[in-house]
Amino acid sequence: MKTGVSTVVLFVLWVAMTGSFDPQELSVGLLVAAGVSLIAPGVAGPEPVKWLHPKRYLYAVVYMFYFIYAMVKANLDVALRVINPKLPINPGIVKVKTRLKTNAGKLALANSITLTPGTLSVDVVGQYLYIHWIDVKSPDIETATQEIVKGFEKFLEVIFE
Amino acid sequence: MVYRLIGEILIVVGSLFLFLAGVGLLRMPDVYNRMQAGTKATTLGALSVIMGVGIYHPQWFFKTVLISLFILLTNPVSSHALARASHNTGIPLAPGSVLDRYQEDKEKGFKEGENDS
Repeated sequence: MKTGVSTVVLFVLWVAMTGSFDPQELSVGLLVAAGVSLIAPGVAGPEPVKWLHPKRYLYAVVYMFYFIYAMVKANLDVALRVINPKLPINPGIVKVKTRLKTNAGKLALANSITLTPGTLSVDVVGQYLYIHWIDVKSPDIETATQEIVKGFEKFLEVIFE
Repeated sequence: MVYRLIGEILIVVGSLFLFLAGVGLLRMPDVYNRMQAGTKATTLGALSVIMGVGIYHPQWFFKTVLISLFILLTNPVSSHALARASHNTGIPLAPGSVLDRYQEDKEKGFKEGENDS
């Protein structure tokens, strides 16, 4: 089961990267995908069955739009700070808590945080993330969590957990 | 050729963000703030340029989407590693900084967070 699913995942990736439906390309791709999955079934994650839930993809697509919106907003925000002659920053490192448990989920969360409004992940320790915030609005954990994490968490929970 | 125009606009916008990232690197006071400017603006700038090329040459579109995905996955990781390394080697935050929970917890030995990493 695990091998089969990771074969499918790798094969789809192969087709995406070669971008051709030539029978020769497809057959070699299938062989390589099957071979890699036999040797290293863990290549598609610890539980590859997760790749098969359509709901995850739906949320992933919605998340992508939300993420692009947040990212463009973040860039305009930082760009405005950079070109403002007064350089209005109020930096500090805050601590936030996340509900996500899987490593993939935490990675996605930390990456999303880094790419969005004035925040940069510095470290992850268990359920806590340390975030460098360019404009600290509140030093306490709950408010910072609400501001930084909540928007992403509700999508990532469905996609990765 | 509307799609060519869209591609060109994306490339110009991308270069603008890359330029602003450069300005940010020069103006920000410490390593963490510089990384803020560096990571965000370069990621969006690079994505915008690459997607612009993909739209300008539609036969490359799918590949440029994949390249963008890889950049999205790897770029923040490197800046995260740099930020963590700088903090652990003892580079202080800029003088105007408000607070540093990471330093406080490091001194306490991460009692609340516990487990791995």
